[in-house]
Amino acid sequence: MNKQKVAKYFGWKLVRFIVLMIAVAIFSFVLLDLSPIDPVNAYLHGAAVSETQRQILYQYFGTNVPLPDKIFNWLMDLLQGNLGISLIYRRPVIEVIIDKFMASLALMAISWILSGVIGFALGVVAGKNKGSWIDKVVKVYCYAIQSAPSFWVGMLVLMVFSVYLGWFPIGFGVPIGVSSTDATFIEWATRLVLPTLALSLVGLAPIAMYTRNELIQVLSSDYVLFAKSRGEKGWDLVKNHGIRNILLPAITLQFLSFSELFGGAVMIEQVFSYPGIGQTAVAAGLQNDVPLFLGIVVISAIFVFVGNLLADISYYFIDPRIKENEFND
Amino acid sequence: MDKLLDVENVSISFIQYTRGLNQRDLKVITDLTLDISEGEILAVLGSSGSGKSLFAHAIFGILPENARLDGKIKFKGKELSQEDKEEIRGKNIVLVPQSVNFLDPLMKISDIAIGHCETEDEKKAMKIKQREIFEHYNLGPEVDDMYPFQLSGGMARRVLVSTALLADPDLVVADEPTPGLDEKTVQETLNHFKHMKEDGIGVLLITHDIHAALEVADRIGIFYSGYVIEIALKEDFSGDGENLLHPYTKSLYKALPANGFEVVKGYQPLHGEIIKGCPFYDRCDMRFDRCKKEKPELIDVGNNKKVRCFKYEEGA
Repeated sequence: MNKQKVAKYFGWKLVRFIVLMIAVAIFSFVLLDLSPIDPVNAYLHGAAVSETQRQILYQYFGTNVPLPDKIFNWLMDLLQGNLGISLIYRRPVIEVIIDKFMASLALMAISWILSGVIGFALGVVAGKNKGSWIDKVVKVYCYAIQSAPSFWVGMLVLMVFSVYLGWFPIGFGVPIGVSSTDATFIEWATRLVLPTLALSLVGLAPIAMYTRNELIQVLSSDYVLFAKSRGEKGWDLVKNHGIRNILLPAITLQFLSFSELFGGAVMIEQVFSYPGIGQTAVAAGLQNDVPLFLGIVVISAIFVFVGNLLADISYYFIDPRIKENEFND
Repeated sequence: MDKLLDVENVSISFIQYTRGLNQRDLKVITDLTLDISEGEILAVLGSSGSGKSLFAHAIFGILPENARLDGKIKFKGKELSQEDKEEIRGKNIVLVPQSVNFLDPLMKISDIAIGHCETEDEKKAMKIKQREIFEHYNLGPEVDDMYPFQLSGGMARRVLVSTALLADPDLVVADEPTPGLDEKTVQETLNHFKHMKEDGIGVLLITHDIHAALEVADRIGIFYSGYVIEIALKEDFSGDGENLLHPYTKSLYKALPANGFEVVKGYQPLHGEIIKGCPFYDRCDMRFDRCKKEKPELIDVGNNKKVRCFKYEEGA
């Protein structure tokens, strides 16, 4: 592998990224333009204004500009990093998103890691002991969770741990009446536990199920048969041949789950009233905050793209076959 | 003296679901009997898909979960239980698998060859030994760091054979070691087995390649439709095949291009077809009434030869 090849590889990824972003930006803009949302009404929040003032506002928001021009202006602004002003928060969209995203990041990152690690471990244990009671427990759990909506799981967690047991506060990012800058770490952390738990409980099911099936398949493969015929057995066998061969698809799946993580966060934040990007997206959608909504769409597209890119890069470090080939094409 | 490996009436069947929840036993191997002495090469010759590989797996106790194994497999006179197999596999008996698919795709060749070691010292010692054996098989140091997908067909074959020798085995079971290889590599592979034989190792060569079998084997077991129907000496496959006993073996020999190219009509009964009499009855030109109703047993005709045919029974 040389530097030139790596540069070429990332160059191509960058081109793809730019094409993707332009497509996402145009499509989401056109869709919102076609929707019955009226930015002026959204801005006014039902306040009474005269017809002339209304016309001035239409002028200001540029609702009468032809669609191609609107798209062009939107792309140009996007290029300069200007996502407009949020109608709800009356602050630049980019600031709002960064603010909310940071709050969600802790939630998403911790549950991403937890669901990945625990899911993988459960999958390995279940797959190795196929047919045993522990396998059955894992399987039943995964099927149940995968067929349950995540907000429902969130509500269950909330009921059990906050309402009945009273171990954790019932919601919000910080205690009521305390500004987020004044809250102590403990106050913040205790409120993070339940949303994270709910999101992890949901997120680990697909990875556990997938790992289990992959491991069962690998354990019945020719190369594991051969390893067995050479006297390897038990956990050593799983460790030497199983884990290595299932790690790659598992990691890919985990990075690809960035999109589901985002979707899950929307639900869970709503249930726990956690002030993150998910709840902001819902608010922007419900209150017709077009600039904020478009901004979140763009950011989430970047987020998912980064997830996939990380998956691609992780191949390189784990799979020698790709190490030899990927950077050559 | 006890034989190195003594296989008596081994059968392997699978539980198969037919319609709904109805099960049936699908017999893949019905009656397999053979034996191997130290320093002997015995070839088991049978058509593709006849279950020969399953037999190899049965010796190592690595059959799939839904398979049922009956009969006796004795190693040095001791009947092997599943635990015994797990104990001696990789030490006293080793497998030379069919293809590069049997190598872990994500491991370096030298790590695969060395296998699992308990301690670092053991690993170091094995590494030295592995290097020696690889060198012997003309595999340079660069091969150690390769991955299975980087090996050529011939190299893969040599790697598979050399993994067998890392363990100082008494018995090597080689499962289809020759298909898909060019003439030279086949020759080379067969020579490896000859060298093993010279070192006193017993070799069970499972193959459908009659030329390969005739080239190296001392004796050849003919596998037909789940049965071993004859165990013949290599020397019997000569002239007009007049020393071969079973009619199928004779026709097999005559079907070779050099010996007339005559093909016997019909097909081998498939797995699961239940046959009352001799499995070769339909195609046999020496059959008589009894062959249709009764199954012949494998009879010892002396000189280490066996045949499953009523014609050779005493008084027949």
